[in-house]
Amino acid sequence: MTFPPQKLIGYAALVAFGLAAPFVFPNYHSQMAELWLFVVFALTWDLVGGQMGYNSFGNVLFIGVGAYACAVAQVGLLYDISNYTASDGGDATIYVFTVPQYLTGLAIGLPFAALLAGLVAAFFGSVVLGMRGHYFAICTLGLGVAAGQIAAGWEWIGAGSGMTPPNAPRGIGDLAQFFYFFSFVLAVACFVVIRWLLSTRFGLALNAIRDDEDKAEAMGLPTTRIKVTAWTFAAVFLGLSGGILGNLKRFIDPIDVAFAGETYGVWMVLMAILGGKGTIWGPVIGAAIFQVLKEVFWTYLLGWQRVALGLMIVLIVVFFPQGILGWVREKFPEMFGHRVDRGPAREPAE
Amino acid sequence: MLDNLMILINAPVITADLVINGLLVGAIFALAAYGMALVWGVMNIINIAQGEFVMLGGYVTMILFWNGIHPLFGVVVAPVILYGVGWALYRLVVFRVVDRDLFVSLLATFGLSILMQQLMNTAFTGDIWTAQSELGTSLLFGGLVSISNIKIAAFFLAIMLGGCLVAFLRYSRLGQAIRATSQNARAARVLGVDTDKLYAITFGLNAAICGAAGALVAMTYNIHPYIGLPYTIRAFMIVIVAGLGNLAGVVFAGLGLGAAENIAGFVLGAEFQLAFVFGLLVVVLVWRNTRLAAKRQYLK
Repeated sequence: MTFPPQKLIGYAALVAFGLAAPFVFPNYHSQMAELWLFVVFALTWDLVGGQMGYNSFGNVLFIGVGAYACAVAQVGLLYDISNYTASDGGDATIYVFTVPQYLTGLAIGLPFAALLAGLVAAFFGSVVLGMRGHYFAICTLGLGVAAGQIAAGWEWIGAGSGMTPPNAPRGIGDLAQFFYFFSFVLAVACFVVIRWLLSTRFGLALNAIRDDEDKAEAMGLPTTRIKVTAWTFAAVFLGLSGGILGNLKRFIDPIDVAFAGETYGVWMVLMAILGGKGTIWGPVIGAAIFQVLKEVFWTYLLGWQRVALGLMIVLIVVFFPQGILGWVREKFPEMFGHRVDRGPAREPAE
Repeated sequence: MLDNLMILINAPVITADLVINGLLVGAIFALAAYGMALVWGVMNIINIAQGEFVMLGGYVTMILFWNGIHPLFGVVVAPVILYGVGWALYRLVVFRVVDRDLFVSLLATFGLSILMQQLMNTAFTGDIWTAQSELGTSLLFGGLVSISNIKIAAFFLAIMLGGCLVAFLRYSRLGQAIRATSQNARAARVLGVDTDKLYAITFGLNAAICGAAGALVAMTYNIHPYIGLPYTIRAFMIVIVAGLGNLAGVVFAGLGLGAAENIAGFVLGAEFQLAFVFGLLVVVLVWRNTRLAAKRQYLK
């Protein structure tokens, strides 16, 4: 990959903006942290859904696994988990974490979350990714919901009353700001890795599977292995983002935060489609617009915000399925490096 | 878990109770599944909002109940209203996605389902309701198994409604046109069938039959805004197991699912019953896929 200087300046400006944002907008730390997590959701969904053509409704599975795995590791390093969840983890006088303990917990919890989510993806992927089209979509939907229901019934991790990640010690400072940087770094890393992946032969193989899987298989591509690898890549990033999400929300509800198929699960699809499926910048743009719209709905349409979101899903899917970048690409193909032969100017038909 | 299993083995009466109750609710599942198979077969759309039609039918029945009308009338009123809802949704949204990629229609109906459940949540809050039909209970096996009469009534009503729909599709002119369209939409169009109108009717019929199922659900179990998705998944699973256009299969799969779900709910604990439903979906799909892969003749 080579970067022309103007592109490099653009990237540098974006990174500088991301680093400066929490100091410029001190009141929106958690919303902005959530935005970067949404970027990860949309990018990873698009890697499998947009680039590989496997539309998953169940990627929340990995967010949930990550959220619980991270919290369990953070708590489990120092305390007994069933006692902790039985008391809702609320008693800050008993379950104390010092700054080094807290940081160690995160340093172990986040990789653990990534590992577990990746393993789950590799395990289920080898079974589920054999399905095509809508069967895959509905099967993943079932996986996500089933996982949420199991978590909601599992006493050890708090069952239906959820689990609270460790209380942050004072030395950490503003928690939302602290995790803002985590999610920002994660989003940048996710973008870079996926961009790199798509520039390799692996990326071409993904697109080949999307365009015609039987043909790709006939050409000798190990399609199952490629599909599972792509899903595992997505899952690793989603696991990390789940770990951050749980700590950011300060509470892991099995169905509303961890395995939230009806919110994050649908939103990530919507963000990718809104920005433009199968493009690298589309999910990023989609996530940014979606997060702003969501916050506006939450502020000004109180009580009706979820209705408005449902309506938005229908409208975008039905009327604007090509997304913003898809639309731009239709209008200005030259910007995307497609050579357009407009042919000799035709006489207007009489 | 094992204790519960031992109870089932040692006390066949409890098993019988669970199975009978499960079979009775299974008829309602089969009804919703038949509607899904209809839309899937005719329009090539998998309707994720299926369960939301069930939920809406339940709320129609609740509204009747709150106004002092016996909820059994919901079985008549809910389909009529839901037919209108289904028809309107087709005219507003669904007709735009009929010929498009399956994923688009999947996502569009998913959006519709979220929209409907949130509308109901806003209108009626998230509370859980049951329409009391006050029909009493029957005792079987010398009083060892008790079953509320409304469940028995719901079972026969579901079978009857399904029978009416089957007869309609088989013998009426319109039903023949619907079946012709499902066989070959283009040929039907050539022979003068207005397929667009037919799709609207089919989608309305599906909503109506789900509405009737919802009325039965409101009387025999309970409804709240979020019951939709499990019903959609059950319907989908039943259609997968039975195959499109296999009526007897739909009935048997529906009854079997009802019984299996009840037993699983007892053995695993009620909090895992939904997990069982969704887990079973994954198992069914994986099983279907391995069967297909085994039959595949090329690229072994």
